[in-house]
Amino acid sequence: MPYGLVRFGVAPDHPKLKQVTAAFDRIAAMPGFRFIGGVTVGDDVTVDELREAYDAVVLATGAELSRPLGIPGEALPGSHSAGDFVAWYNGHPDFADLSFNLDHEAAIIIGHGNVALDVARILAKTADELRQTDIARHALEVLAASRIREISIVGRGGPVQAKFSAKELRDFLELKSCDTLVNDRDVTPKDFEPQHPADPELVEKLSLLRGFSQQTATRPRRCVFRFGFSPFAIHGRDRVETLSVTHRSGAVEDIAGGLVFGSVGRRTAPVTGVPYDTHRGVHANANGRVTNGHCMIEGLYACGWSKRGPNGTIGTNRGCGIATAEAVLADLAHRRARPDTPDALLARVVGRVTRVVSYPDWMVIDTAEKSRGALLGKPREKFVTIPDMLAAVGA
Amino acid sequence: MTYVVTDNCRGCRYTECVTVCPVECFHLDDSMTYIDPENCIDCGGCAPACPVGAIEPDYRLAADKKFWIDVNRRRAAETPVISARLVPLPGADERRLALGR
Repeated sequence: MPYGLVRFGVAPDHPKLKQVTAAFDRIAAMPGFRFIGGVTVGDDVTVDELREAYDAVVLATGAELSRPLGIPGEALPGSHSAGDFVAWYNGHPDFADLSFNLDHEAAIIIGHGNVALDVARILAKTADELRQTDIARHALEVLAASRIREISIVGRGGPVQAKFSAKELRDFLELKSCDTLVNDRDVTPKDFEPQHPADPELVEKLSLLRGFSQQTATRPRRCVFRFGFSPFAIHGRDRVETLSVTHRSGAVEDIAGGLVFGSVGRRTAPVTGVPYDTHRGVHANANGRVTNGHCMIEGLYACGWSKRGPNGTIGTNRGCGIATAEAVLADLAHRRARPDTPDALLARVVGRVTRVVSYPDWMVIDTAEKSRGALLGKPREKFVTIPDMLAAVGA
Repeated sequence: MTYVVTDNCRGCRYTECVTVCPVECFHLDDSMTYIDPENCIDCGGCAPACPVGAIEPDYRLAADKKFWIDVNRRRAAETPVISARLVPLPGADERRLALGR
């Protein structure tokens, strides 16, 4: 299906951001556009087959893989990657079957990026604050029964180094049932002074965090920012019980919690037949042209997070896409003749997959999800398995 | 909320913002660009892309700049959408340096 991270990454309580799908739908309606879903590139069709049928193949595969924490105890039950949790509450078919045991009072999130804040906010919200979003039903049920009272958001750097945006941080001011705090033992007043007073984003972020450091807790739930801590081990007999961390001052501390979510970055999933840049965690590319060593691979490109890595907003990726499109157009004059055609290739691929999904098919699924949602007062109730999606299109 | 174009854009009009806006909510007249608050999805891509720091979220505007919220709303309704980058106005680079950017 279309929309990628907008459907499976953007948090359910950020509906305005999801309105970008209207722009995608306009593109899909343009002449010459064809959506071919239900096909796994590298598996059902090779990248070389695509290059033989098209002048240009652009990989826009995002950053699907979560970076592991790389510390002992990471495999204990109760230790998860934040990305898996996000995909689960957003109803991604590959993650809908995961189970998260929220029968603990304390959860720990490792990382100070926007994904870490999304996870903290979803855990901090009451069922009533989530009920009218497009959150997957299975997730809402589990979250409604959550016993979590304290959510620690642990990061290596200080307030100045935190990567999350001021806008994401402001969302914490709106929480109905949760206080947001900064543990003031971890920081000094100097940590809230911006080094670049002309940077309004940084100034706002530090001012919000300073406010949180002066907050007193009165509500049933708490989000606590912890600064300057490097985690080095997860402990527990049968499941996660504590996270051991070292403060930059040298002090060692055990943070108690029955759940740990690692949110320390993402990388692109390698695609069979496409050179991979292990260091950057993206398809090997020079400004969007996929490369093999020092050579460019003719007709193969990358854009978005699978070109630059996971940073920037939806809009940043449009700029990135334009830059790649300009490279495609510049190279077109030198492109060798194609031995195959898109229609001939599609005819072969149809025989290899369960069902090729078209854009009109997607629109049927979309309408069905919206009607299901309307019954529940939600913008949509997502289908969370591929058979359910196919059933909706009568396949 | 919405993002808002303010006075620093006047006389520069770099239009870097336009290339990163995923929803084509930038409008344009002879002197600057404006954001249509009805279409802006608050993704925030434009603010760091602006070479002269002209774009801010509405809630962050200083009291003496709040009027730009209305100006953007009104001018966006009166001017055409711009969907691709233009050449900056003559003197834009000089003005950017004068703004200390």
